[in-house]
Amino acid sequence: MIDFSPPLVQLLSIDGERMPRPDFDSWVDDLDGTALLALYRDMLVVRRIDTEATALQRQGELGLWPPLLGQEAAQVGSARALRSDDFIFPSYRENAVAYCRGVNLTDIVKVWRGNAQSGWDPYTVNMATPNIIIGAQTLHATGWALGAQRDEIDAVAITYFGDGATSQGDVNEAMVFAASFQAPVVFFCQNNQWAISEPVGVQAHRNIADRAPGFGIPSLRIDGNDVIAVMAATRIALDRARTGGGPTFIEAVTYRMGPHTTADDPTRYRDPAELAEWKTRDPLLRLHRLLTSLGEITPEVEAATQAIADAAAAELRAGCIGMPDPEPLSVFDHVYSTPNATLERQRADYAGYLTSFGTQSNGTV
Amino acid sequence: MTTLMTHTSLPGLDAQKPVPLTETKTLSMGKAINEGLRQAMLDDPKVVLLGEDIGALGGVFRVTSDLLAQFGARRVIDTPLAESAIIGTAVGLAYRGYRPVCEIQFDGFIFPGFDQIVSQVAKFHYRTQGAVRMPITIRVPFGGGIGAAEHHSESPEAYFTHTSGLRVIAVSNAQDAYSLIRQAIASDDPVLYFEPKRRYHVKGEVVPELGAPMEQAVIVRPGTDVTLLTYGALVSTAKDAALAAFDEGVSIEVIDLRSLSPVDYAVVEASVRKTGRLVVTHEAAQSGGLGGEIIATITERCFSYLEAAPVRVTGFDVPYPPAKLESHHLPDLDRILDGVDRVMGRR
Repeated sequence: MIDFSPPLVQLLSIDGERMPRPDFDSWVDDLDGTALLALYRDMLVVRRIDTEATALQRQGELGLWPPLLGQEAAQVGSARALRSDDFIFPSYRENAVAYCRGVNLTDIVKVWRGNAQSGWDPYTVNMATPNIIIGAQTLHATGWALGAQRDEIDAVAITYFGDGATSQGDVNEAMVFAASFQAPVVFFCQNNQWAISEPVGVQAHRNIADRAPGFGIPSLRIDGNDVIAVMAATRIALDRARTGGGPTFIEAVTYRMGPHTTADDPTRYRDPAELAEWKTRDPLLRLHRLLTSLGEITPEVEAATQAIADAAAAELRAGCIGMPDPEPLSVFDHVYSTPNATLERQRADYAGYLTSFGTQSNGTV
Repeated sequence: MTTLMTHTSLPGLDAQKPVPLTETKTLSMGKAINEGLRQAMLDDPKVVLLGEDIGALGGVFRVTSDLLAQFGARRVIDTPLAESAIIGTAVGLAYRGYRPVCEIQFDGFIFPGFDQIVSQVAKFHYRTQGAVRMPITIRVPFGGGIGAAEHHSESPEAYFTHTSGLRVIAVSNAQDAYSLIRQAIASDDPVLYFEPKRRYHVKGEVVPELGAPMEQAVIVRPGTDVTLLTYGALVSTAKDAALAAFDEGVSIEVIDLRSLSPVDYAVVEASVRKTGRLVVTHEAAQSGGLGGEIIATITERCFSYLEAAPVRVTGFDVPYPPAKLESHHLPDLDRILDGVDRVMGRR
């Protein structure tokens, strides 16, 4: 039996040592050297992509970018625990989850370049596109889970949100609904310690994981920088949901090592010593140590992994810069699924206006 | 953990067989909506109802009466008391291909769900470039005249007509109530469906047909001197006003807008080109209201046809007043006729 009221669950120490825990180990006993190396590769690639996207923003190619630096284990460990028919409802920082889901790299940055409000078709990867309203997506996940329950399938909804979101009414309402209907949904909270400039203590005086039991939802509080613990906890929660056990709440304790977004400046509100302390808990570093001790990391493997990450970054850059601008009149597309006379009139008027400058309706002169 | 009673295990699942309306019948408007919901649920197993007290009670206005017994708790879902979650979980259900019908208990209770409606329901189709559809119907009893407490008599429609991505309907009679709830549910776009609560008990003949498309305005009384435009509960008052004015020699054409977004400007323009005079009446406050928008549009499109400045007869720019004052706030027959006199240049 899993104990649902423990302190922080950690299966991989900062020093890269596997810490045995009988109640969790059986959930990750398939993670051999090869599987762990695959997780490391994912984490290295998403960190590299993240760095590249930040650079693209600094170079004016992206309007904004929300870095995930430091949260690689929380995102990769949970995403890799999912089945392809599980459905993900993320916030806007889950770019590693999108990567694991197979979202095209160019599509990941499409939103942040300002080319569209969504980068991909959610149904092709069973992952909704970023939701910017804090916590709103937790209700969508719960509703999707109610649908899955009615369809009598064992697919599960998982929703990602941050520590700040736990103060939102929507997140609390989502937990009320999920508990009331025993919906197959996993609440995955990445407590990265900061909601822009507000430390988590502004949101909660106790551990965030402690809230869920009050809603009738069991919770796990895990080291979010420990990819093995993250995967174990997510698998436990998914299994509960699949087998009629209802919702589970996971608090993955992690750290946003970068700014909230590229528009943010954490030096105004954060003690550098705190960042230095969290750097010692870096999720990649400790997995690297474990893999080294297992003999999985050789210079050749290291070089090959880095080459994969660099290739992904190059692909992202080329895709981003090569993205064509949307056509002007597409501003009117898809407001409704059926024709709308008022909107069609505005479209026709604007097309005429553009043409009056000798401009074609596709924006070319 | 205690074992919760799940709603799917409630007794009474499929206890009764739903019998659809198959012949013309005289029904109250509330019952007509009930029949429309039943038909929509029979037509499409993906139609589910969500709301507070909509199950055993049948809703505070009894609009969902018997549907729990006939379709079971998987499709008629008594929710916890949280409007944002009613709308937000409907979004998730729509993601899975469901057609949720949400009941907001009273007009003034819609605001906790406002963010989900405006930021999510309205935007999803646009956001995802058509990949994700939101065939959600949000039923809202609206309007005053029932002597109710605060937050029970409001007319919030303009917030939603101002929101791109939503369709907004207001019905005025039993037949439209039946036909348009079925059309709203069948729509792949989200629909705000406003039900004038003081007309719930007014009866009318209902033919079990879909009727004219919901975005069409309807001329409910032809006339030649003045176009009187309204929707919801005031359609009946407007028809009475037209009858009274006729006795005084003024011929009023009454239009029931039905669709508040989009507005059927073809019908309104044709009428104003004929009459040259326009009065718009609604219970909602004047400033920023639908009347101002319609008058601006008609003035742009039909300026040379206008014989007089268009007139608004609306609720005042006040929070909805206490019951003892609502008769002063709500446009009534005399205030509408006063507006007609003004557009006719009689005062």
